[in-house]
Amino acid sequence: MEVTFNGRAHELTAGTSIQELLDQLRLDCLQVVVEHNHNIITRQRLAETTLNDGDTLEVIHFVGGG
Amino acid sequence: MQITVNEQNHTAQANETAGSVRDRIKADADLIIVNGFPASAETLLNNGDQVVLIRRGEVPGADELDALLTARHTPGVHEAVKDATIGIAGVGGLGSAIAVALARTGVGHLIIADFDIVEPSNLNRQQYFVDQIGLPKVYALRDTLARINPHVRTTACHLRLNPANIEEVFGHAQILVEAFDLADQKVMLIETFAARFPDRSIVTGSGMAGFGPANSIRTQRVANNLYLCGDGTTAAAPGTGLMAPRVGVAAHHQANAVLRLLLGKAPEDEA
Repeated sequence: MEVTFNGRAHELTAGTSIQELLDQLRLDCLQVVVEHNHNIITRQRLAETTLNDGDTLEVIHFVGGG
Repeated sequence: MQITVNEQNHTAQANETAGSVRDRIKADADLIIVNGFPASAETLLNNGDQVVLIRRGEVPGADELDALLTARHTPGVHEAVKDATIGIAGVGGLGSAIAVALARTGVGHLIIADFDIVEPSNLNRQQYFVDQIGLPKVYALRDTLARINPHVRTTACHLRLNPANIEEVFGHAQILVEAFDLADQKVMLIETFAARFPDRSIVTGSGMAGFGPANSIRTQRVANNLYLCGDGTTAAAPGTGLMAPRVGVAAHHQANAVLRLLLGKAPEDEA
């Protein structure tokens, strides 16, 4: 199946959770905000949310400083 | 002829001097400003002139101050911001500068939250003063904002924000400004607020350390209701410290994003 990840097509195995995708991409869930189909989701739901064909995912990485 | 004196309409005689108007309306004024420039008492006034009479050291009354402050706002802006409530999470380098900018713009109510105390090391970039060292930042900033614009109401929350109290602290904020220091705290705040208030905008900052080009700091829409100001990559680290110029650029991107949202405009583009 195919999802749109940060604006680009991305091939995935059916049933992959968002947490599994972040792990594959070596992204630390404590440093990223995840928007799934235009809704920001909390880190507690990353593992339980599985991706479907055609889903849209925006992953915004944050760095420290303020 | 018609002129304004301290932003109120007045009728003046043709060829009346600025000094004559002063003597009539505010005889104890010791500064006369005509159309934005200092003027002598002999200056002849023209129809439509804007005269401001100032007595040095005098704090204007509430109505007069309101007229004087709002006179510098672009028409329509004051009306759009004076009843707004904006939340600011963290009042360090970003948050203190954002609060000052929004107070000067006339935003009616600011909710500021931070657990931190003013330390000497903060003074390289944060809007605090030597005589505020040791005070909780939120109380020091509330005092400063009141000195800038007494019409701004500030709700100061001296606490550490966490997923359990964010809704209570910022429940009335129509827009939330994320101005934390640590990346994981930025993420925690955004996740929590967005999950509870998905229709409200969040303006966040990421990537403003060091002294790289100011032009690399941008405002982007990175999710449906999430606007990110910064270069997105330059983290605070040993050798790449946080400094007033670049932190200030990012802070004012955030403040301008808030203003554009309040005016119904997209923060990230011209439309």
